[in-house]
Amino acid sequence: MVSALFPLRVRGAVSSRRGTVLVGPVDLDLDGQGTTVVVGPNGSGKTSLLAMLHGTARLSAGDITWSVPVDQARAQQAFVFQRPVMLRRSVLDNIAYPLQVAGVAKSEARSRAESWAARVGLSDMLNRPARALSGGEQQKLALARAMIGDPTVLFLDEPCAALDGRSTREIEAILQEVCASGTRLILSTHDLGQARRLGDDVVFLLRGKVHERGAADTFFAGPVTVEAQAFLRGDIVE
Amino acid sequence: MGDLWSGLAQAFWLVVSLDSDLIEITLRSLQVTLTALVIASVIALPLAAVLAVRRFRWRRMVIAILNALMGLPPVVVGLIVYVLLSRSGPFGVFGLLFTPTAMIIAQVIIIVPLIASIAHQSLRELWTDYHDLLISLNVSQSQKMRTLLWDARRALLTASLAGFGRAIGEVGAIMIVGGNIDHATRVLTTAIALETGKGDFALALGLGFVLIALAIAVNLAMHALSRTEVEGRW
Repeated sequence: MVSALFPLRVRGAVSSRRGTVLVGPVDLDLDGQGTTVVVGPNGSGKTSLLAMLHGTARLSAGDITWSVPVDQARAQQAFVFQRPVMLRRSVLDNIAYPLQVAGVAKSEARSRAESWAARVGLSDMLNRPARALSGGEQQKLALARAMIGDPTVLFLDEPCAALDGRSTREIEAILQEVCASGTRLILSTHDLGQARRLGDDVVFLLRGKVHERGAADTFFAGPVTVEAQAFLRGDIVE
Repeated sequence: MGDLWSGLAQAFWLVVSLDSDLIEITLRSLQVTLTALVIASVIALPLAAVLAVRRFRWRRMVIAILNALMGLPPVVVGLIVYVLLSRSGPFGVFGLLFTPTAMIIAQVIIIVPLIASIAHQSLRELWTDYHDLLISLNVSQSQKMRTLLWDARRALLTASLAGFGRAIGEVGAIMIVGGNIDHATRVLTTAIALETGKGDFALALGLGFVLIALAIAVNLAMHALSRTEVEGRW
């Protein structure tokens, strides 16, 4: 399925805070299918790039253009943070929150939240306080909450950082299912194994700029730049 | 020491015999304080939410003033309210001076900054936590504030409780604007001040113990409500 939101065109986009450039200038074209994985060393600007594309980080220069007006584009996006933000509510109320603020009837929001809780394996803890869940469960909750609005694009900022192998496998299975159902995934990760497993194309970020970009198979088989080669070897790249 | 024991005994007897004056004074204290608390909370909590969520030019100044006003001297508040409500004052036409309404107004002025400041601290921390998610979900300003107020409700209850504690024990302002009139504006604190002035320490202590018991009872009720949070009941 090709989304009406795409192609996404990024031209000379820069995001900075208090005079310090966090990411950019970035030029990037993304189409509406598959999973794009953003990789790069710590501090390379992965989180900032995702936030800039999503529109939560202010653009200080350049342009980001979707094929629809920006407010419509925002309404079709969701974001999963590295450290999941848990509202001080029950699991069910957390998942239903985006629908609640969108004005969806309570009964429908509840029913859809229950359905998503079942999909991510949280059915038996609907009434538990969300903050009492384990890290993996919280990330699944965050995923369900992001997906309940049926977004076209889902941004994920290192969704499996600090999770154990089992939780990572479960999250990845959900992401593959979500991607197969037509949602465009753009995720950052420092886990090259995860990038290999999930990525259709790879954006290698270094010092806030797109250093290399290509299909996942090509990138992992033989990156072009010396820095990307060093990164894949596990060398320290700054 | 004898006065203390005598006060305890008298407090016990006043409560056990359901002394009509004590009941009347206690109910008036609660009526004035709880009314002031509700009005102050309605003003202070949304104000705290606005200060936590919105960024406007004089925001820091408003927060600084609010914090400074936490230490507002009640006697000065009483004096200002007295001047405003006295016959020659701008609101004299309403005839509110020496009524419970005047006492409520004074208490509201005293506790709004206190409740707003404490609530702002809690809401600011919660906002830091929620910021990225709510921005990402494109939530409107009013929805942000409602979300914060609902999710921080237990902390806000504590803020209101602090306001209750300040108001129920307040004497200077309500003495000035209420006048401590028997069967009209006499409350526990002003009654204690009067009995102390008359040298009836036992009765003053008796009333004092009732006041303390009232404050403890309200605290225990709040504590019980907080425990329901752990059990996930609200």
